[in-house]
Amino acid sequence: MWDYTDKVKDHFLNPRNVGEIENADGVGEVGSLACGDALTLYLKLDDNQRIKEAKFKTFGCASAIASSSALTEMVVGLTLEEAEKITNEQIAEYLGGLPKEKMHCSVMGRDALEKAISCYRGSGDKVLDGEIVCECFGITDKQIQRAIQENHLKTVEEVTDYVKAGGGCGKCHEKIQDIIDVILGREKQPVENRKTLTNIQKIRLIEETLDREIKPELKKDGGDIELIDVVGNRVQVRLRGSCASCKMSQVTLKNYVETKLRELVLPDLTVEEVQS
Amino acid sequence: MKPIYLDNNATTRVAPEVLEEMLPFFGDHYGNPSSMHSFGGAVGGKIYEAREKIAGLLGASPQEIIFTSCGTESDSTAIYATIQSYPEKRHIITSRVEHPAIKNLYNHLSKTGYRVDWVPVDQKGNLDLDFLYDHLSADTAIVSLMWANNETGVIFPIADIADRLRKKGIVFHTDAVQAVGKIPIDLSKTGVEMLSLSGHKLHAPKGIGVLYVRKGTKFSPFLIGGHQENGRRGGTENTASIIGLGKACEFVARHMTEENTRVKHLRDKLEKSILERIPNCLVNGDIQNRLPNTSSIAFEYVEGEAILLMMNEFGICASSGSACTSGSLEPSHVLRAMGVPFTAAHGTIRFSLSIYNTDEDIDLVIEKLPPIIERLRSMSPFWKASCGSA
Repeated sequence: MWDYTDKVKDHFLNPRNVGEIENADGVGEVGSLACGDALTLYLKLDDNQRIKEAKFKTFGCASAIASSSALTEMVVGLTLEEAEKITNEQIAEYLGGLPKEKMHCSVMGRDALEKAISCYRGSGDKVLDGEIVCECFGITDKQIQRAIQENHLKTVEEVTDYVKAGGGCGKCHEKIQDIIDVILGREKQPVENRKTLTNIQKIRLIEETLDREIKPELKKDGGDIELIDVVGNRVQVRLRGSCASCKMSQVTLKNYVETKLRELVLPDLTVEEVQS
Repeated sequence: MKPIYLDNNATTRVAPEVLEEMLPFFGDHYGNPSSMHSFGGAVGGKIYEAREKIAGLLGASPQEIIFTSCGTESDSTAIYATIQSYPEKRHIITSRVEHPAIKNLYNHLSKTGYRVDWVPVDQKGNLDLDFLYDHLSADTAIVSLMWANNETGVIFPIADIADRLRKKGIVFHTDAVQAVGKIPIDLSKTGVEMLSLSGHKLHAPKGIGVLYVRKGTKFSPFLIGGHQENGRRGGTENTASIIGLGKACEFVARHMTEENTRVKHLRDKLEKSILERIPNCLVNGDIQNRLPNTSSIAFEYVEGEAILLMMNEFGICASSGSACTSGSLEPSHVLRAMGVPFTAAHGTIRFSLSIYNTDEDIDLVIEKLPPIIERLRSMSPFWKASCGSA
């Protein structure tokens, strides 16, 4: 059982400001059904550009609902400049703290607020900028960097607690560690210089790596991969089993198969799918 | 507030007659069963009686019963005992829906040089037997498959699988922690070589487990120490709990018919009423082929932890297959292996009953749950869009 504060329980059992605002001045949507939590925040401004009303709809656990409820209480009466300074830490503090595994709920609140403000201003989407690092939850490098800097995170586990990245299949843990290392100013391990491979050696090594490293992982999800040809540094493959019909398969191909082959065979390889 | 306890696959109430049987062994009868004097020897006699009772429930002989500290220890012992007995074999098989006691052990072994095949399940949670039989080889050291699934209650055809594997000479272990005491089991009629059970799932206390090892099965101890359990598991016996477990086996045998009639009817009533009263919900798992006490229900567009905590306000105890309750971020591996969509997996609740449940318990859930789901859905941004299609 989670150790929720009385304030979290209160905001969960008696959430404030649930609902939608018609003709809202700003709307911020974050999260998704697949991710397990989602929040839509509605803001209405008065004539002096202060937040007059805030409402929310949330799908998620007790702390997600409580964080959303707390957020709507915190922003009313603030100017947008004041509101955009609210941090996820402040949302958690308002609730008397959150279990560390639930800190991502406070981050979701902050992200929704930022989106709602950008929506009002008609400016671009700050949150989703960057390159996706965690495929499972669609989290970008920018989001991870920001969470690390704002909350002084030091481990992959902490990053998962705050932004969920790395909480699914775990394939991105190394990338997250790299981001942490760069921010903390740690030296990156020098990439090992590989000796030149002959074509035969290269193909053998690719086959071996597919068999030993990649196929077993794909098989856990009922998928498979077949090597068709190697043209220069282009590795041509065909996806089998559940991978063949999976919408995420292109992401898997690039972010997992290609990364693994580059790491274990040659850094210049690219992977492409060929149709039968 | 009296708890409405519908979480019996997590743990069960110690039956009062079990507790009563145990108490003297925390008091006057504190002798060590291994001692030469009759003060200790008397305790040894009671342990033997317990061994007989447990063997009786399983259709085994007392010599085939090894006491352990829990289901997890039984599972680890079975797997390690076998792979140490067949060091040349480097392939092991299990399913994709096992309890973490097996799942994480196999994951660990896969990193230490073992080749693991994970048998998939279909949408109803039934095993892909063709996959299993196609992947057996001379290199296979052990196959371990649960008898019944803890989350959905789906029962695997263990007797058939065991017979087939026995003919091929492959050791077969089953984690029967959820099955023992709920459905009849007769090991004398199967080819199961090893079986794990856990006391606290059948109205005995926590901290006592059993590993059944068929006579003639190669075995190498996991806990090495004294001569206890014929040298197969060192360590002074947990006397009171062993004696309690013996009594509990008699208790569940006596209530087996009730479990499969009255308790089953309560479960069916709960399930039927929920499905009638709440739109957009569905039962996970093969409803024709599961434990009589278990119901796994997915409530679309809401999240499991929120449901549990709102039910908790009324003293209703259940558990969830959702991510948020476990601290992980993804819904249960069982539901994912079955291909339950995320819309449903995050909102899955498991109700698991026991003979201690009454009609009043079930009526209270049927009364309190629909408004809880309605309230959470009214807060959910996904509900409005989808309810039109309901």
